[in-house]
Amino acid sequence: MSNFSLIVLLLALMAIGYQLGMVRSRRVATVNPQQKMHSRPHHYGMMVGLWAVIPAFFILVLWTLLAPGVISSMVAAQLPAEALAAEGMNADVIMRRISNLAANFGVVAEAEQWELAAAAYMQQLKSSSALLLTGLMAAIAAAGLFFSYNRIQPELRARHQIERTVKTVLIICSTVAILTTIGIVLSMVGETIKFFSFIPPADFFFGTTWNPRFSTTGVSEGSLTGSQGSFGLLPLLSGTMLVAAIALLVAIPLGLMVAIYLAEYAPANFRATAKPIIEVLAGIPTIVYGFFALVTVGPFLADFGASIGLTIRATSALTAGVVMGIMIIPFISSLSDDIITQVPKALRDASLGLGATKSETVRKVVLPAALPGIVGAVLLAASRAIGETMIVVLAAGNSPTLTANPFEAVSTVTVTIVNQLTGDNDFASPQSLVAFALGLTLFVITLLLNVVALVIVRKYREQYE
Amino acid sequence: MTEMNMTPANDPAAENLAPLSKTQQTVARSLNRRHRQEKLFKGVGLGAVVISLTLVAILFINIFAKGLPAFWQSAITLEIYFDPEIIQISEKPVQQPDETENAFRQRFIEWQSEVGMVNFNRLILEGLSNVIPEASERKYRRDSARIVTSGERYALRDMVIENPEIIGQTKTVHLLTDANIDVWLKGNIDRSLPDAQQQLSPKVREWVTMLSEQGIIENRFSFALFMNPDSRSSLASAGLAGAFMGSLYMMLVVIFLAVPMGVAAAIYLEEFAPKNKLTDLVEVNINNLAAVPSIVFGLLGAAVFIGWFKLPMSAPIVGGLVLSLMTLPTVIIATRSTLKAIPPSIRQAALGLGASKMQAIFHHVLPLAVPGILTGAILGVAQALGEAAPLLLIGMKSFVAQVPTGPFEQSTALPVQIFLWQGNELRNFFEARTSAAIIVLLALMLSLNALAIWLRKKYEKRW
Repeated sequence: MSNFSLIVLLLALMAIGYQLGMVRSRRVATVNPQQKMHSRPHHYGMMVGLWAVIPAFFILVLWTLLAPGVISSMVAAQLPAEALAAEGMNADVIMRRISNLAANFGVVAEAEQWELAAAAYMQQLKSSSALLLTGLMAAIAAAGLFFSYNRIQPELRARHQIERTVKTVLIICSTVAILTTIGIVLSMVGETIKFFSFIPPADFFFGTTWNPRFSTTGVSEGSLTGSQGSFGLLPLLSGTMLVAAIALLVAIPLGLMVAIYLAEYAPANFRATAKPIIEVLAGIPTIVYGFFALVTVGPFLADFGASIGLTIRATSALTAGVVMGIMIIPFISSLSDDIITQVPKALRDASLGLGATKSETVRKVVLPAALPGIVGAVLLAASRAIGETMIVVLAAGNSPTLTANPFEAVSTVTVTIVNQLTGDNDFASPQSLVAFALGLTLFVITLLLNVVALVIVRKYREQYE
Repeated sequence: MTEMNMTPANDPAAENLAPLSKTQQTVARSLNRRHRQEKLFKGVGLGAVVISLTLVAILFINIFAKGLPAFWQSAITLEIYFDPEIIQISEKPVQQPDETENAFRQRFIEWQSEVGMVNFNRLILEGLSNVIPEASERKYRRDSARIVTSGERYALRDMVIENPEIIGQTKTVHLLTDANIDVWLKGNIDRSLPDAQQQLSPKVREWVTMLSEQGIIENRFSFALFMNPDSRSSLASAGLAGAFMGSLYMMLVVIFLAVPMGVAAAIYLEEFAPKNKLTDLVEVNINNLAAVPSIVFGLLGAAVFIGWFKLPMSAPIVGGLVLSLMTLPTVIIATRSTLKAIPPSIRQAALGLGASKMQAIFHHVLPLAVPGILTGAILGVAQALGEAAPLLLIGMKSFVAQVPTGPFEQSTALPVQIFLWQGNELRNFFEARTSAAIIVLLALMLSLNALAIWLRKKYEKRW
């Protein structure tokens, strides 16, 4: 039976358990009229339902995780050793062929006699495993159901049991976020260590050339060192920083002035229309910005450059940076807007009362007071710009050279991650593994920026609350 | 009388006449400059707002100007005679009473492939020669095969499969023309280019000009854009259906995974969690996770879901899982701020009447928070819908020519389809097609956002 139908059955069982528990609790209540039931009937019903389902569900999860491994090792143990030796293939390929045969998918080339036998054995194991699982789940579900059903007594605290269960579920859900972070760190650190077994860390972090070449599959490790390219991080990092710096140069003045105008000068109805329209910019998918940069902004900048005698490539750091700047305007403007409006009115009134003009008040009183928060906003925007992918994939030109010229094509960390993982590279080659080293670098940089930004913003909030 | 009462001290005019103090003089002198600065500052602020609004406008006008024409595509109207001489197929199978479902399906598939063997191109050619008499001449074979895009023969096949009785009848059908003809007719290619640089042969151009003057080739609403999956062999019939279904499956995964988990996590953290180092760590962690670049989630998906769990590459289930992890912090943060905004008096009232904490939250606080939670969830889903970068890393970039029928099948997604189309060599055609795809994506996202705003406006309560 498939897992899906097992889950449907479990849900049905839960409904039945619910009904049974409810009926039983009512009967218990009528039998002992002098004793007050601790919980309401639906609590007892729910409790029976949960007892019937949860243990069985755990069995299902465990079984689904473990059974395939057990089955394939049992099959592998049965394989004739001489056939394996003669075949000269690795065990993974053979096991994949056998499981394909067992699932009736068919395989390339004629199947050997022993392969067919192993496939038949695997099929048999699989069907008995499914049977065993169904039986086990039925037994455990029934046991849980009857155990809890018989426990229904006036003094049984059914509601407490349910609430504990719900709370456990809530706790499990709130650990998912932590698990995700751990997963990110562990997976990337693992792959990065593998990468550093090919390339020494110093060559990666301080190398000035990026030329990974193509991976050569099936070559032993010794000969790999001869054919591998150079994996220098610096050209990518400089490209990333160049694009992000251009983006911030565009976004900070615009975003900040927008925030100041909307917070301090704009009439309420103008603010109410302009603010959401500008925030639309934050909701547009980055692939759309990338396309816009590629087909509109790039050619425009190139033509503009040509008209004033500058050579600007259509796909360059400038193109990507300008468009990315447009993208992060709303980040800076909304965050700064929030922070500027949080500055206490008393500060403004004091300054205005002393005869300062509005702009002087903003520049000399409001902005200095809001500065930490604005810095935090800018750092968040910077981390956004550094981690941005689609705009630079389309519009930065993908040329990993160490240059500070914004009119040239550059490449960034994110672009390179995409390039290295979407090519035809072997997953275990340094050409693919480098993507994880780059990802870890990116993760650490953005993490630092975020932590600093969050600390600054939080400090600032406390100051005026 | 009044004049008599006026003393110099309380006469404003007289006071002005009195000599100004040194500070007052400085202030008076600098006043013009300061007012100019004030105006300038305000002007710069207004300028920044105007520039930002203009940028929004340019972006949208640009995309719409490029993309809207692609919703209409040149199609040719032909009288197709479903010639029994050419379509020699056996009877359409009908399920026998004693036949199992599987056996019948087997037979039906065999029959379908038999229909597929029919030379539908000949039907099209004969239809063409009704409007262009010279089209069937041997020397123009190549030219006449270029008029109708190659995928349209499947449209005829499907008509026959749908209803075999049309064999022997003549039907009027609208068939998409080749992508290059669409480009030519819309003027997206310089018509004065020499023949060697034109995609269409002189003969085809002559025919097309003639047919469009006669109204036989005209722009029709492009259902292909919505109904077809992607195509490489027949560019004119490339559509978004496959990508749309892929995105839909992923959004379903996000809705059923990220939203309940995020809400549950937020309830725990906001209502139950004790304030200690651990929950502080969780909180910082969630805030950080919300700002981790999306591509890092793609790396996580590639390493964990594909590398360790051996889930299939390019499948919407993996994409959905990755996007769920990415959306989770957004949902948690939105839900927490909604819960925070619900006044403690609600909780206290429930607790005071003897409800347990769980009952107070699930029966009283949560129902009040539903609009806010929904708004946050919708915004999270909209964000996930537009995300392309992590999907590239888990193989959703590959070309898929079928509409996926389940979350475990190979598929692509709307934003990735945009990425794939913008790289197509036939720029003249696909620039517009890509913009049209962007319009579809933006329309979906904006309607999600509008829904969120509407929900917030309708149910928002100020305490």
